[in-house]
Amino acid sequence: MKIDYGTSLPAPETRSEIARLSRQAYAEHPDQSAEVEVRNLDRRDFLGTVFSAGAFVLTANVAMRQADAAVSWQPSVYLGFEPNGQVVIVAHRSEMGTGSRTSLPMVVADELDADWKTVRVEQALGDKKYGSQNTDGSCSVRDFVHAMHQAGATARLMLERAAAQKWGVPAGECAMQLGKVVHTKTKRTASPGELVSIAATLPVPSKNELRFKTPDQYRYIGKDVPILDEHAIATGKAVFGMDAKRPGMLYATVVRPPVYEGKVKSFDNSEALKVKGVSQTVELPPFKQPHLFQQLGGVAVLANSTYAAIEGRKKLKVEWDNKAEHASFNSAAYKQELFDSVHKPGKVVRNRGDFEASFAKAAKKIEADYYVPMLSHAPMEPPVAVAEWKNGKLETWCPTQNPQAVQDAVAAAMNIKPEDVICHVTLLGGGFGRKSKPDYVVEAALLAKAAGKPVKVVWTREDDIKFDYYHSVAAMHMKGGMDAGGKLESWLFRSAFPPIASTFAPGAQHGADFEIGMGLNEILFDIPHLRSENCPAKNHVRQGWLRAVTHLFHGFAIHSFLDEAARANNSNYVDYFLRHLGPDRQVDLTKDGVKPWNNGQPVETFPMDTGRLRRVLEQAAEKSGYAKYKNSSTRAIGIAAHRSFLSYVATAVEIEIDKAGNLTIPNVWTVADVGQIVSPDRVRSQFEGAAVFGTSLAMMGEITADAGRITQANFNNYPVARMKESPRKIDVTIVNSKAPHAGVGEPGAPVLAPAITAAIFAATGKRIRELPIKRTKLV
Amino acid sequence: MIELKVNGQARKFDGDANMPLLWYLRDELDLTGAKFGCGAGLCGACTVHQNGEAIRSCVTPLQAVAGKDITTIEGLSATGSHPCQIAWEKHHVSQCGYCQTGQIMQAAALLKKTAKPTDAQIDEAMNGNICRCGTYTRVHAAIKTAAGLR
Repeated sequence: MKIDYGTSLPAPETRSEIARLSRQAYAEHPDQSAEVEVRNLDRRDFLGTVFSAGAFVLTANVAMRQADAAVSWQPSVYLGFEPNGQVVIVAHRSEMGTGSRTSLPMVVADELDADWKTVRVEQALGDKKYGSQNTDGSCSVRDFVHAMHQAGATARLMLERAAAQKWGVPAGECAMQLGKVVHTKTKRTASPGELVSIAATLPVPSKNELRFKTPDQYRYIGKDVPILDEHAIATGKAVFGMDAKRPGMLYATVVRPPVYEGKVKSFDNSEALKVKGVSQTVELPPFKQPHLFQQLGGVAVLANSTYAAIEGRKKLKVEWDNKAEHASFNSAAYKQELFDSVHKPGKVVRNRGDFEASFAKAAKKIEADYYVPMLSHAPMEPPVAVAEWKNGKLETWCPTQNPQAVQDAVAAAMNIKPEDVICHVTLLGGGFGRKSKPDYVVEAALLAKAAGKPVKVVWTREDDIKFDYYHSVAAMHMKGGMDAGGKLESWLFRSAFPPIASTFAPGAQHGADFEIGMGLNEILFDIPHLRSENCPAKNHVRQGWLRAVTHLFHGFAIHSFLDEAARANNSNYVDYFLRHLGPDRQVDLTKDGVKPWNNGQPVETFPMDTGRLRRVLEQAAEKSGYAKYKNSSTRAIGIAAHRSFLSYVATAVEIEIDKAGNLTIPNVWTVADVGQIVSPDRVRSQFEGAAVFGTSLAMMGEITADAGRITQANFNNYPVARMKESPRKIDVTIVNSKAPHAGVGEPGAPVLAPAITAAIFAATGKRIRELPIKRTKLV
Repeated sequence: MIELKVNGQARKFDGDANMPLLWYLRDELDLTGAKFGCGAGLCGACTVHQNGEAIRSCVTPLQAVAGKDITTIEGLSATGSHPCQIAWEKHHVSQCGYCQTGQIMQAAALLKKTAKPTDAQIDEAMNGNICRCGTYTRVHAAIKTAAGLR
């Protein structure tokens, strides 16, 4: 059977449209300094069953500064009290391992002075009223911590006033203490449950009436509070998307077009239908450009078990209609195309001084080409979704980083309104950017409607690796001109990569603002003649953001090149870095013709501060003993420091190389200045994880294509770092910072590859300019 | 008809004997603690015990477990009282948590056989279990704690 395709979104035609769409999809992050409004909310505003009738509920709103945001005032967090006194806090961001499902409610609880043990945290449904739920870009705490503080402080004050009214005493004599309001003079207490009916009638205090706790009064912020799901995880009770189940549910697998933009020409399901348990096949329509988060099309096999769906799919015969331009995509040939692209001038995205003139008269010149292949996210839980179609509404249970994108994508595919898509967010078995693209949920939705029963679409690992939104392959070309003293006077940085912009604008060959802004036009060194260019590249697969995005390859090229320049001058990375960083200052990109992307944040709040970068590098060098380290052919150290996601991170890596050329990593030292933090242990764990993630992509990560088809399929040929290949010890130092909260999940990743390859050079004299490292024999 | 024990309970199965144990546990018994990660015995997310030894349930057909004693994370200790579970929580190992049930089952099998494993033995035993979040240093530390080695 065939099913209706539904509408697709109009193609974005202008560059500003690309910027708008990519910002919505990747970086729709409200301003850090946004106004917060808290109001008493009518019970009827609630969609789900988070609160019972009669609950006293507050909502904080975060203003979206973007002029083009669909709604100008959007609630971001809900805090409520059940009549029985239980505090309910809604986690509106997705939990994929960063801990934000715990950290943000913890802030509310602390400012409220609730007893964390009695707080109930409920996961929000997808709903625009919460503001952005798009859990990406390392921004959950950064964007919402202030709204959480304000919600908690407002509720605390209102409960104190309610108690004062109840007891007929001045409000100043009432204080919330660990979940109860205490009358300081008489020591009598009232629980929130006794105060809810009064509190709900009180006017909401304005912000200037609020008393915020001082840091020394925090009970939970800054302490190592375990994540909410820790025990459920350890006992196997945590519910991930893969674990969702509905009564009468069918299981589905999908055969997808192996070549981008391929379509089903014909298919033969006769053998598939003979497999025991298989009930039907459903043809899914191809997407229309722009592909956005639509499903890929193909043929689905529905069955009464996952096993039958997998077995049935093996028997399905599908003929494809492929586009020649994609069916000829070959990674070896494409690599040459990318290098051809960066060996010609590209679009200038930053220009300071006069590179050509300075380079022409340089005393010493160096040039280098760098290459980083395509990568796949490969979260441990492959994409999966359960969907149920009932009474014109689509309900889904899925592991998604962006439930509102689920609503939009499913609504577009089914010709219904986004608010008629009810998205329950399960725990995510890893995300890394993959699960902010809900194509797999759209599949489940279409199949549930077609089958008239709940359907669970399961992606096998092979599906996951062959049909990802891939991290872009990139080629980079560097030129540097030095004066007689070895100082870099001129630097040219060219980068070509099939852009994520192509997800929003078919055929786009240049990066969207965020792709350029991540490293390419953000070199912070004090180089008088500096030019960055983005060279064109065409996509032949779906491109998507992966943890740390273009910082991964831009960081690798920048810091490898700096290490090369240092070594060419008998210097080392740290000394050479500090020599070129210049005096502590805030770098102003506008002087170089750049409108700073800066993660969508104002540079006034999040300046590009070279002093903070200097300090993390100095501290990492100190901790690792970099300066005095005795490099040898079997043991060496490398280091790199990079600003990304508004944070400053330096990582030193110690490597060992055995006689057979096998590399191991006994030690990693990371120093990170991420501004203020909420959960120290979760911040540390993110940097530990990023060290492994960065090691994995540096050492072994590589996706290739031949004849338009992805070559790799599972962890046998797309290996990721295992215990033995990962750093043995990871020492993480979080700088005690008063700066605004910045990114944590991603900024630890970009520094690993350049630090490891610098260490390899120190040990062996081999300069690895192409990742993954496993392609080069070290001995 | 295949007879086996799952978490101490006798079970009978008369479907396709080639079906991997993982799907029987997850789809039929609703024991979802063992996870699907690769379907090829490459990642360890599906690890359960067969007569006390760690196996990959995603590549173990039901016919191979006839007459066997299968233990899943739910049967290891529903209350989380196994030394590995306690150590996992003590070290706050989990990030996303998806692979951790497999990691715990693998670690529990290791400690059953080798009560005081060396670092190298831990590496060897755990190298088949992938964690994409990168919790390996804490997994390693938790195993040492569970073994009373730290």
